[in-house]
Parts: sequence; C-alpha cells; structure tokens
Amino acid sequence: MPANTTPCAPLLDVSGATVRFGGIHALTEADFTIAKGSVTALIGPNGAGKTTMLNAITGMVPLAGGAITLDGTDIAGLPPQKRAAAGVVRTFQNLEVFTSMSVLENVMTGRHALTRYSITASLLRTPGFRRAERACRDAAMDCLEFVGLAEAADTPAGDLPYGKQRLLEMARALAAEPKLLLLDEPAAGLNSKETAQLGDLIRAVCDRRNVTVGLVEHDMELVMAVSDHITVLHFGRPLAAGTPDAIQANPDVIKAYLGEDD
Amino acid sequence: MKRPVIGQSVVQAGLFLLLLLAVPAALPNEYYLSICILGSLNAVIAVGLNLLMGYAGQVSLGHAAFYGLGAYATAIATTRFGLPIPVGMAAGVTLAAAVAWIVAAPTLRLKGNYLAMATLGFGIIISIVFNEAVDLTGGPSGYVGIPRLALFGYTFESDRSYYTLMAVVLALVVLVALHLMKSRTGRALRALHVSEKAASSLGIDIAAHKRFVFVLSAALAGLAGVLYAHYLSFIAPASFGFSFSVQLVVMVVLGGMASVWGSVAGAFFLTALPEALREFEDIDILVYGAILVLTIMFLPDGLAGGLKRLGRKLRRVGVDHAG
Ligand SMILES: Nc1ncnc2c1ncn2[C@@H]1O[C@H](COP(=O)(O)OP(=O)(O)OP(=O)(O)O)[C@@H](O)[C@H]1O
Ligand SMILES: [Mg+2]
Repeated sequence: MPANTTPCAPLLDVSGATVRFGGIHALTEADFTIAKGSVTALIGPNGAGKTTMLNAITGMVPLAGGAITLDGTDIAGLPPQKRAAAGVVRTFQNLEVFTSMSVLENVMTGRHALTRYSITASLLRTPGFRRAERACRDAAMDCLEFVGLAEAADTPAGDLPYGKQRLLEMARALAAEPKLLLLDEPAAGLNSKETAQLGDLIRAVCDRRNVTVGLVEHDMELVMAVSDHITVLHFGRPLAAGTPDAIQANPDVIKAYLGEDD
Repeated sequence: MKRPVIGQSVVQAGLFLLLLLAVPAALPNEYYLSICILGSLNAVIAVGLNLLMGYAGQVSLGHAAFYGLGAYATAIATTRFGLPIPVGMAAGVTLAAAVAWIVAAPTLRLKGNYLAMATLGFGIIISIVFNEAVDLTGGPSGYVGIPRLALFGYTFESDRSYYTLMAVVLALVVLVALHLMKSRTGRALRALHVSEKAASSLGIDIAAHKRFVFVLSAALAGLAGVLYAHYLSFIAPASFGFSFSVQLVVMVVLGGMASVWGSVAGAFFLTALPEALREFEDIDILVYGAILVLTIMFLPDGLAGGLKRLGRKLRRVGVDHAG
C-alpha cells in the first residue's frame, strides 16, 4: 500500500475538476480529497487555482469537467444553496461579511437553513416561531463564543476590524453546522499572535466540534502546524499530496515555490 | 430572561395606530383628511417598496403599475362584471401579485441599472395598456362609476370612516413589515442585499427570496390600488405612470432605505408636499428629482437616519456639557 493512503473514507472527493475562464485554465483535471475528521490544506502559489477549487466545490463556478462527491453523493449538479444544505460551507478570501447587520445577526443568518418556521408563523409570532428564534440566537451566541467574538455580538459587523471579520465569517459558517468547513486564507492580514490563535481555533473546529476542515492558506507555518494532510496545486494542476513532512521534503513542491519567488 | 407577551413591534404599531386616529381632530378641515387618506395609501406602497429596495436591495422603477393593476382590476370586476366588492379587491391584489410573479423570474436576474431599466420598461408597458385598451379601461379619460367601498354591509361613505379604515390597514402593513424583517426571511433579504455570494453559500435561495419580496411588495401596491379605486370612484392612467413610480422611489429614499418608519414618513411628506408647492405643478418631476439628489447627497440614510444621527449628536452635546 502507498504510504500516503488516507486513513478514513473521504468526506469530499473532487476528481478531474476542470474550470476555464475564457482562455484561462484555472483548474485542469484537478483531484482533491478531504478525509473525514481531518484538517486538509490546499496550498500553491498565487493564481494556482485554490480559490477556484473552493468556488467549484461550493457551486460558484461551473465545472467544464470532473466530479464532486460529498459523503459519497454527487453534489456537482447542485446550486450553491443546496450544497450548503448538503453540508459544505465556506468563508471568503475577500471578506463577504453582511456589513449592514449586527455581528449576531450575521451568525444567525448562518443558521438560515436550520431555523424552520413559516412566514405566517413569523408574522403571528407563534410560540413555535419564538422557540425557533431563541434556539437560533442561542446557537449563534455559542458560535460567537467559540471564536471569541461574543462581546461584539451587537456591534455592526462592518465596524469590526479586518481580522475579526474573518473570525465572524468563520462563526457564521460554523453556525450552519456544516460537515465540511472550507476556509479561504483565514490568516490573511492577521499578526503572528492572531495567527497562532487561529491555528488553535482551526484545530478546535476539527477536534472539538467534529467539523472537517479544508484550509486554503499561504502562511506555511500555520499550514504545517494544523494540517493532517496537504494537497499542492500548481497552475491549476495537483502537484503533490501528502503529510506536512512529506510535502516539505518534496522536491517538486520546493521547486514550484522557489520558482515563484525569483 | 423574562419575555414580554406583547412584542415590541406590536406596541409600536399600536401606538402608531393611535397617533393616526388622533390626526383628524387636529386638522382644520375635511380637505386635509383626503390628503391623509392618500398619504396612507402611498405609505402602504412605500413600505412594501422599501422591503424590496431598502432591505433586499432590488430597485423597481415600475411599482406604479402594480398600484394601477389593483385599481383597474377591482374597478372592472365590480362594475362591468358586477362582482361583490370584496371579490373585486381580492382580484386586484391577486392580479398585481400574479403579474409580479411572472415578471420576477426574468427581471430579478438582472442587477443594478439593468434591473432599474427592466422594471421601468415594465411600468411603461402596463401604462400603455391602461391608455390603449380603451374598451376595458376607458383609456386616457379614465374609468368612472367605481362603487364606494362597502364591506360586511357597512359603506365607508364619509372620508372620516375611510381614513379610519386606512389607519388600520396602514398600521397592520407596518406590523407585517416589522415582523417580517425580524425573522429569518428578513435576515436573508438583508444578507443577499450585501452579498449574494455569501448568502447563497449559507443555504439561502437567492432567486426564491427575491421573487417573494417582489411579489409581496407588488401585492401591497395592489392593495393600495384597490383601496384607491374604491375611495375616489374614478381612476385614470395618469395616476399610475412613470412619474408616480419615481415619486414612490423618492418616498423610500427620502424616508430612509431599510427603515419601515422612514417610508411612512417619506410617503406622508411627499403626499403633502404638492399642496405646499402648488406653483410647481408642471415641473413636479423636477422637484422630486431635486429632492432625490439632495437626499442622497445630504441625508444618505434618509429622514430616519438623519434623525438618528441628529439624536446622537444632541446626546453627545449633552454629554459634553454635562462632563
Ligand atoms: N471569475 C474569474 N474570471 C476570470 N479569471 C479568473 C476568475 N477567477 C479566477 N480567475 C483566474 O484563475 C486563476 C486561478 O485563480 P484563483 O483565484 O483560483 O487562484 P488562487 O490560487 O486562489 O490565488 P491566490 O493565492 O492569489 O488567492 C487565476 O489566473 C485567476 O486570474
Ligand atoms: Mg485565492
């Protein structure tokens, strides 16, 4: 058996994904698997196609070819909102916080699909409505506490500093109770202390909340510290996959990164 | 935590109703009462349009058409077909909602200026129908002989009684809007306004929510339309044209986007304004344009936001003086 066989069944299995923007081949027959219960990083130089991979997984760009399964079921044909319902939720590299809403409302919005009552119930303020809203609020507060933003619950989300908006996006995504949480460069713009805290948080998402994590990140120290498994993309193609140690020692990977630096 | 049995919005809407009902006593004569009735009708439309524009961020420059569809539908149903008034009214609201449902799918896929152009075009087409389908609508000279509103054996003969009815309707519409916005639906609408990407990534069906709020706002415009027709007994296409669509947008923007109370204030203000500016009759659209531009420049969140900021400033001044 090859040494880097994943121990568990894959939660996410992307195979042969191809995405084109006109003449640009953003992804070419790219494979990417995330094992259940793992933190799996997707790394690669700028423009390698990492965000495009997350967009393809969450249904925000169309696939020109390939297949995507989550827990064994094909999700490639579903619109974004159905993929969220199926259990894949993400954050965004260029923040997409709901700036006009409070921090708490942002996270409550994350529970949209889990908060069920009819419009009539909301107009009549039925007991069922009140119960569901209270449960939504409590669960949202729990997520805010988890990322350390409980104090800011009533702050307008647009007033939060950059780093906290990233945490807010994470809390909002966690509120949806996903099977798979995809993070697009969560450490961008954070200082080293904040980055270390983020690392602990990512591990806690996986170990304590039992949410599998897909992590796109440039900060190699963070990636090496938190990842169980790493896939490297280069010009839209997978270059290597393996454990952090194996990736760090891989000559192709070293060349790809050094090649970019000069 | 102790929870009040009666919610905050119910209390607010109740107090608002009492305020509305107290207004006639303060008016010098009956003429002003008719302006108040028109103001409440416009407020019903403006509150609905604000759900669409202010909360969900979708522009409509054709909302006068839904107002007109409601008015013409009940006018024709109750006179030509001799149907009972409640049936005519239901038909009016339903027609406005149904037409909105149909145009929603192709229209709401568009964004920003394109959406504005599409709704503008829709409004113009409906306006042409009102003018040209002379057999049905009476054409440019209007439709006469619409019965005064009667429900459950009671005829709303006096302006006083009609105003009471409008006060109740408006307070209920306000309550519906307040409750709806403080629910998962309201959060979803405000969310997709800011980022459709993020909203859909959280499981929100963007198209379904946009369609819902478009149909709801059209139904409210239709409701105002049927109440307008049975109030005036006479309707003409000029009331449902582009100019009125613009006025509605100005009411919402002036009042404050995403503020239910702002829309009410904007609607009453703009309904009363022509009375104050009678000399400007022919250039009223210019006046509305000027108000729109000035509001956007100096009151970016409308009367509601301006008052809020003024309140904060005064409080700060108070604190400075105290401290
Ligand atoms: N919507 C789009 N339209 C056109 N080209 C795009 C689009 N999105 C991505 N691309 C292109 O596809 C390629 C891959 O981009 P992508 O954003 O996936 O890279 P990335 O690995 O996330 O890079 P970074 O580390 O800078 O975030 C780039 O060449 C980019 O310019
Ligand atoms: Mg990227």
